[in-house]
Amino acid sequence: MPKVSMTVNGKAVSGNVDSRTLLVQFLRETLRLTGTHVGCDTSQCGCCVVHVNGSAIKSCTTLALSHEGSTVTTIEGLAQDGKLHPMQEAFRENHGLQCGFCTPGMIMTAVDIVHRKGNKLDEQTIRHELEGNICRCTGYHNIVKAVAAGAEAMAK
Amino acid sequence: MSATSSATGIGASVRRKEDLRFITGRGQYTDDVNRPGQGYAFFVRSPHAHANIRKIDSTAAAKMPGVLAILTGDDIAADKVGGLICGWMIHSKDGSPMKAGAHPALAQGKVRYVGDHVAVVIAESLAEARDAAEKVEVDYDVLPAVVDMNAATKKGAPVIHDVADNNTVYNWHLGDKAATDAAFAKAKHVTKLDIVNNRLVPNPMETRAAVGDYEPGTESFTLYTTSQNPHVARLVISAFIGVAPENKLRVIAPDVGGGFGSKIFIYAEEVVCVWAAKKVGRPVKWTADRTEAFLCDAHGRDHLTRAELAIDESGRITGLRVHTLANLGAYLSTFSSSVPTYLYAPLLSGQYDIPAIYAEVDGIYTNTAPVDAYRGAGRPEATYVVERLVEVAARETGVDPAKFRQKNFITKFPHQTPVIMAYDAGNYDASLQKALEMADYKNIGKRKAESERHGKLRGIGISAYIEACGIAPSAAVGSLGAGVGLWESAEVRVNPIGTVEILTGSHSHGQGHETTFAQLVSDRLGIPLDAVSIVHGDTDKVQMGMGTYGSRSGAVGMSAIVKALEKIEAKAKKVAGFCMEASDKDIEFKDGKFTVRGTDKSMDFGAVALQAYIAHKFNGQELEPGLKESAFWDPTNFTFPAGVHICEVEIDPETGITHIERWSAVDDFGNVINPMIVEGQVHGGIAQGIGQAMCENAVYDAKGQLVTASFMDYCMPRADDLPSYQVGMTQTPCPSNPLGIKGCGEAGAIAAPPALINAITDALGTENVPMPATPQAVWRLAQKSITRKAAQ
Repeated sequence: MPKVSMTVNGKAVSGNVDSRTLLVQFLRETLRLTGTHVGCDTSQCGCCVVHVNGSAIKSCTTLALSHEGSTVTTIEGLAQDGKLHPMQEAFRENHGLQCGFCTPGMIMTAVDIVHRKGNKLDEQTIRHELEGNICRCTGYHNIVKAVAAGAEAMAK
Repeated sequence: MSATSSATGIGASVRRKEDLRFITGRGQYTDDVNRPGQGYAFFVRSPHAHANIRKIDSTAAAKMPGVLAILTGDDIAADKVGGLICGWMIHSKDGSPMKAGAHPALAQGKVRYVGDHVAVVIAESLAEARDAAEKVEVDYDVLPAVVDMNAATKKGAPVIHDVADNNTVYNWHLGDKAATDAAFAKAKHVTKLDIVNNRLVPNPMETRAAVGDYEPGTESFTLYTTSQNPHVARLVISAFIGVAPENKLRVIAPDVGGGFGSKIFIYAEEVVCVWAAKKVGRPVKWTADRTEAFLCDAHGRDHLTRAELAIDESGRITGLRVHTLANLGAYLSTFSSSVPTYLYAPLLSGQYDIPAIYAEVDGIYTNTAPVDAYRGAGRPEATYVVERLVEVAARETGVDPAKFRQKNFITKFPHQTPVIMAYDAGNYDASLQKALEMADYKNIGKRKAESERHGKLRGIGISAYIEACGIAPSAAVGSLGAGVGLWESAEVRVNPIGTVEILTGSHSHGQGHETTFAQLVSDRLGIPLDAVSIVHGDTDKVQMGMGTYGSRSGAVGMSAIVKALEKIEAKAKKVAGFCMEASDKDIEFKDGKFTVRGTDKSMDFGAVALQAYIAHKFNGQELEPGLKESAFWDPTNFTFPAGVHICEVEIDPETGITHIERWSAVDDFGNVINPMIVEGQVHGGIAQGIGQAMCENAVYDAKGQLVTASFMDYCMPRADDLPSYQVGMTQTPCPSNPLGIKGCGEAGAIAAPPALINAITDALGTENVPMPATPQAVWRLAQKSITRKAAQ
C-alpha cells in the first residue's frame, strides 16, 4: 500500500493506505480524527468539510493520496491553545446546533466563507454560501445568526 | 429559587452543556466507535421490488480477499433468530386482527422492496466487504411489483404477503358513522377535498450505524446503535428476536445525530450486526451510506385521503368525514400500524368543536420501504386534512379564514372530542390573535395589491394545529393496542460531595437534555448546573426506559425526574434531621439549604449528601445510608400542545418560485424550561414542514425503483430555501404533569405544511396545489391563474 504524508492540525502525519482511500477515511480511520463526519455519498451535505491549504473542501470526494504534502485543518484543529475559535463560540452562543452532526462541517465552511467574503455578512449571502451544507435540525435560522456573529467576532 | 440557580434554572435560556464536544469535533457517534479486531459489514440488497430468491451462490465471493463470513436468511433461520416485529396491534372494523406478514432480518426466499436485505458480507475492511458483495450471485425470479395503493388493493394485484388479502393490513375506523352521516345529510354546505400527503424520507444527517460485539467469557453481547430508545431496542432484540436474554445484552446509543422518528425502530442491520458478532467471533461494524438510508430507513406520511367537512347555516362545523389509504410499505415497521390510526384519527377534531367525526383508514402493503413514524407521526397528516378543509370551507362560504376558525374554536376545557381525546387546557383564540398581530394580518390586502403591481402573486395561509404529545398513559395506549407501556424512568444519584447524576430513560439526539434536565435539577436542589450530569443511552447504566419520540422527554421524562427528586428531598430531610437533632418534619429545604424551621441551624445540600454516606449521625436501623432514589412516571393523559402558524408568500409567476416573506408562529407548549432550546425545536420543525410542502418527495417508479435515492434527487431544504422565523408563545400549563409541560419537538412539522399550502393556494386562487409545491408545479398553476385573471 502506498504511503501518504501530510500535515494535519499542525502535526506531520503519514500512513500506508489503500490507493482508493478517501481523505475523510484517512482522517477518521487512520488518524482517528472522528470530528469530520460523512453524511452522504454525493458531495451534497458538507458534514465532511475540512480546510486543505487554507481552503474548504469536501473530504469525502477526494483521495487521500492526492493530498501528499498538504496542510489540513479539521474541526479538532480549529481551537488554538485551548481557546475556542470565534466561530465555534458563535455556534454555541447562538444555539446554532442541535444534534451536532453537521456542525463540524458547518463551522469549517463558515470560517471559509469569512475568509472569502469578509467579516460583514448579510443574511442572503450567508444562506447562499451555505448551499453545500445541509442541516436537518435547526432550520438554519440560528446557524445564519451564528455565522454572522462569528464573522464579526473573527475581525477582532 | 436561589440567585445562582435563577440564571440557569427553569425558564432560563441557558447555553447548552453538550455543545462543547460537538463544536470541537469530540462528539462520539456510533460510527466513531471502533472495537479491536472489528470486521465491516456490507449488505447485499435486493435490486428488485418484488422477487422470489431461487438461489444465493456465495462461492466466488467467499474467496475474495479479507472476507470473514457471508451470511444469509438460511443462517439466521438456522440460529432461530426471530423476525422484526410490529409492536402495535390494530383490529379492523370487523374485529379481525391486522394482517402482519413475516419480516425476517435477512430475506427468506422472497424480497419485497428495493433494498430488502438478502445477505451480509463481513470482511476485514469495508472496501473488501463491498468488493465481495459484488460477487455474491443471487438468482431472482422477478415478480410484478405494485407501488400504488389503489392498484395494490385491486383484484389480481401482486400478492406481497400471503396473509394479507388485497394487500390490506387492516380496514380500521374510528368515530360514530351514523351521527356523522346525519350531520352531512343536514349540512348547509359541504367542503370536499382529495388530499395527497406526500411520502418523505426522514434523513437525519447521521445515517444509521451499528457495532455488534460479543464477549465469549461472559457470553454477553454489546450493541452500539443509532437509537432514540436503546431500552426498547434491547427489549425487542431480546424478547422477540431472541438474540440474547436482556441480562446478556447491553445496548448503547451514544451521541445520535438526529432521529426524527426514524431511529425509534428496530431494524434488520443492527440485529444482524449483534448476531453476527458471535457467529464470526469478531466485532461487526456497519454504517449506512446515504443511499441505503433512502432505501431502508422507514419513510414517513404517504396518505391518500378523501375528506369532507359539513357546515351549518351559521358557519359552524357540524361534521367531518375522512377515508384514508395509508401506505405501510412492504413490511410493518416497529410502530407503523399505529401511525395512520391512533396517532392520526384522534387528532381530526383539530382545535374545533366538531360534534361528529368518522374516519376510515385502510393500511396497505406496497413494494416500497416500510413507512413509520416521522416527526409528528399521524398528527401532521391529520392537521393537514383539518386545516386544508377549514381554509377551503371558509373561502367557499365567503368568511375570513381567521374568523371562521375563531367561530369554531373549542373554548371550554376539559373538552371531550368525538374521537377519543380529552383536551385538558388551551386558549386557542389567544394564539390566533397573537399570530394575526405578528403577521400584520389586517394589512395583507395592501401587500397583495403592492405585489400585484409588480407582477407578483401574494398569499397568506393560517394553520391552527393541535397535537397529542407526552406519549403516553400506559393503560390508555394498552387499550388501543400498544404492546408496551409508555411511562418513563429516572434515577437520581447524589454523590458524597454533593454532585448529582441523573439517569434517564429519555434519549437526546439533538434535543439538549443534558442542559434542560440539568436546569430542572439545579433549580430544585439549588446546586450549580455544572454539578449535575445527565446519563442516558446505555442499558447497563439506566435500568429501563422508553426513549424519546412523540415530544415526550419533557412531559414524561422530566416528570419522572421530579418524582425522584421529591424522594431525594424527603430522604435528605431525614439525614439533615439526624445531623441537626430535629425531626425531618421541622426541616425546610430552600435554595439548596436544609434549615431547622424557626432557627438559624442549617446545612447545605453537599453537607447533607456527605452525612448521608458517612452515616455517623444515625444508625442503619433508623435510616439507610446513602442518597439515591428512583421513580417511574406514567402520565394520566396525553398533553395537547397547540398553536397558530401564519405563512405569507410571494410567487413569481415567471419562474414559479415561491418566496416565503414571513413566518409567524405562536405556540402554546405550556411551561417552558429553556426558551432558546424550545425555539430551536420550533425552527427545525417548521423547516421540515416547509420541506414537505415545498421540496421533498420520495418517488418510486412503477417497477418499485426509488428514483429519489440521494441528496442529488431528493430535495432537502437548504439555507436559502428557507426564511427566518418569528416565534412567539402563549402559555396554558398542562394540568396532567408536575411541570406543566406540553412538549415542543413536533409542533413545527405539524403546523407548517397547511400554513404554506394555504398561502400558496391563496396566492394562486386555486385549491388544487400538490405537495411538494415545487417551482414547476407552481409555475404551471400560476400560468392558469394569470389566464383566469385576464379572462375576468
